[in-house]
Amino acid sequence: MNLGVVNKHQSMMPSSSGTSWKSAGAGAGDGGVPDQFPAGLRVLVVDDDPTCLMILETMLRRCNYEVTRCNRAEIALRHLRENKNGFDVVISDVHMPDMDGFKLLEHIGLEMDLPVIMMSADDSKSVVMKGVTHGACDYLIKPVRIEALRNIWQHVVRKRKHEWKDIEQSASADEQKPPEEPDYSSSANEGHNWKNSKRRKDDDDETDERDDSSSLKKPRVVWSVELHQQFVAAVNQLGIDKAVPKKILELMNVPGLTRENVASHLQKYRLYLRRLSGSQHPGGMATGFMGSSDAGYGSMSSLNGIDLQALAASGQLGQLPPQSLATLQAAALGRSNNSKSPISVPVIDQRNIFSFENPKSRYTEVQSQHLTNNSSGKQLNLLPGIPTNMEPKQFVSLQQSAQHPFGSMNNQVLIQMGGQSHIQNHIQSQAQSSTNPHHGLRQPVLSSEMLTRGGVVDMATPVYNPAVSQTSSLVDFSVNHKTDSSGSSYPHGGSLGIPSLSAASSTLQGSGKLDTKVSLRNILPSYDIFNDLNQNGSRDWGGLQDVGLNFDPSPHTMQGGLDASSPMLLQHNRSSGVEMGGHNRNLTGGNKVIFSQGVEARTHHNGSNAGQQRNTYIGDSSFRVKTESEHDGSSQNTLYQDQYGQDDLLAAILKQQQQEGIGQPENEFGFDGYALDDLPA
Amino acid sequence: MGGSVMDRNQMHRQVANIRKSLFDQGYLDEQFILLEELQDSSNPSFVEEVVTLYYRDSARFLYNLDQALEKRPLDFSKLDSLMHQFKGSSTSIGAKKVKVECSHFKDYCNARNAEGCKRTFQHVKKEYTTLKKKLEAYFQMSRQVGPVHTACRPR
Repeated sequence: MNLGVVNKHQSMMPSSSGTSWKSAGAGAGDGGVPDQFPAGLRVLVVDDDPTCLMILETMLRRCNYEVTRCNRAEIALRHLRENKNGFDVVISDVHMPDMDGFKLLEHIGLEMDLPVIMMSADDSKSVVMKGVTHGACDYLIKPVRIEALRNIWQHVVRKRKHEWKDIEQSASADEQKPPEEPDYSSSANEGHNWKNSKRRKDDDDETDERDDSSSLKKPRVVWSVELHQQFVAAVNQLGIDKAVPKKILELMNVPGLTRENVASHLQKYRLYLRRLSGSQHPGGMATGFMGSSDAGYGSMSSLNGIDLQALAASGQLGQLPPQSLATLQAAALGRSNNSKSPISVPVIDQRNIFSFENPKSRYTEVQSQHLTNNSSGKQLNLLPGIPTNMEPKQFVSLQQSAQHPFGSMNNQVLIQMGGQSHIQNHIQSQAQSSTNPHHGLRQPVLSSEMLTRGGVVDMATPVYNPAVSQTSSLVDFSVNHKTDSSGSSYPHGGSLGIPSLSAASSTLQGSGKLDTKVSLRNILPSYDIFNDLNQNGSRDWGGLQDVGLNFDPSPHTMQGGLDASSPMLLQHNRSSGVEMGGHNRNLTGGNKVIFSQGVEARTHHNGSNAGQQRNTYIGDSSFRVKTESEHDGSSQNTLYQDQYGQDDLLAAILKQQQQEGIGQPENEFGFDGYALDDLPA
Repeated sequence: MGGSVMDRNQMHRQVANIRKSLFDQGYLDEQFILLEELQDSSNPSFVEEVVTLYYRDSARFLYNLDQALEKRPLDFSKLDSLMHQFKGSSTSIGAKKVKVECSHFKDYCNARNAEGCKRTFQHVKKEYTTLKKKLEAYFQMSRQVGPVHTACRPR
């Protein structure tokens, strides 16, 4: 980043930052860093309270930062997505009506990898811990003082250093040496690595490297579904505990991939897994991941759904060591209901991630399978939020867009949905027709949609029936989540929907044109809902609430970006007020659908690609969501949406797999290709 | 000349006294001073703007809380959520007494004490309104005398 310069759209951030960092790294204050730094730091501040927002903005300006403010998380996400490199740091409130701050945090972490600072008047340990587990770089207690804001630049520097290190490493590795530096043994030691790399850099001609390998420097390696699949397979093979970047890289044997890329991806993956397993199984599952996706998904799906919920319920995200996650995944994948199931879910995601990419054909077949397999005969939207109609390619793109490998779950769901494009369309149309006030109207629309979609809609039914999975494994999965929560109408419908809705709607319509910015995120949220659902039915879905459904304080919950589609989401949200039961689910489903579509759209929906990309997104969001599901049920309107989305996705996916007869080799069944793409290497 | 200057000084002093009493009597706390510190020549009415925004925006919380308190049975989690947001807002401008009453309300909420909530809510509203009047008077007078104070902690 140009420390001294406000460079909103700097694609080569790493390189430029590299340069500046270099000097910084070489010797802080040696003059390499522009003097005016941190002045000009581009901050995005998100808070639904206009008073606080105004105060924060003034304080930040007083620190000579460049401030952009928004009072809605969706708007914030839109800003971030539109200006990929337009911001250096994000400050967000925890309790926001339209979207839980943690969800937003996850989204940002997955999609943009920006440092995010959380704020809240709530200083209870659990909330602060939540911030930590969700990846916040800092947590400020309100009222925030200007002194606290003066130092936020450190987070930006820190993050850049890490990124830079990665780039450097990859650059040097690619250019010069194979990435077998012994010191890069663990991705977790990226900090150390960066030192090494830095050293290397210093030794080498850094500038040269940077200039030459500007493309290398680019920190983002597109983790396509296939690539991620390979990654997961390698990790599973090695065992999550023993999976070190170097070995993973060797196993993957992908030319052009550097150890650093793998390392950073692994880090994310671990984080993802940890989130998924959350509190559930701290350590239970050590068994490695299921390398082969073929593990019976059937069990997984049911497991997943349940597990996810459990995880969510436990609310202690991040407790699961990666191992357990792996185990979970493995379990999910093919083990018969392991208690650990939560892991399974994640695993599935991974698969999905990979699968997305791949084989589009796979999708089709997977999808068709799902479709055909759906005993219920309805196109189950595995993920309520996911548009079943998503075409395979959509899924693929979804995945890609998801960027988040973990998000694969969502992707998966998407994949399945692909076959059912019409569902989405339905939803879309419905959403559109109901455009109006998000309240209530949407819901019905969605519900019907959902129902028609088959499968997912079934949220009302008690979800966690592993058996349920049969028909629409995915769907059930999500549904499962929901069943419990009485109030849980997919909260995320609301939040998710909003941004994605608009996007989704557009995508839906376009069927496959996911251009809209609907990010997978949206879809993911729905998953969260599921999780949430399980956790406490009566939870205040907060997230959805704001969607505009019965939410008092935030009349405009979904305003964010939802157009017609948002109504659907909105509905979900307000679980508290809305006992959507079946409807909610549907909504969520609808939302999901939308989201998925949206997700696809987000990414650059280029037809097939879009789908993929989206998927990745979803994966991410779902991924994140899962952890969120823990939501402590505080009255906060946290939108668990994200959480649910992920879980749901996984569940859905798993279910599908189950249905499919698990015959699918490798979970590929669509999940394979989830491209994690865009994982910042 | 002397007379007008004296009057002006007097007015300044008056404004300063009013301000001081707001702190002494516990209506405002340090947060308010932080806001004053953010006020400068490029942002000369910052504090008043923020306070105005606060009163305008927070009204909806009070309204919603009123509505929510009418329901039977009470939805404590919703009440808590609404109050949490309102409290956060009030805290950000340094409305000390309001904040204290908000905390009491939240305590009653957690204890699911409906009567306590309703009673405390009346206190919240009372403090909210009292502070509003006092601040309005204070700002009006401040405007008359021109920018006078610099933030000084009432130690």
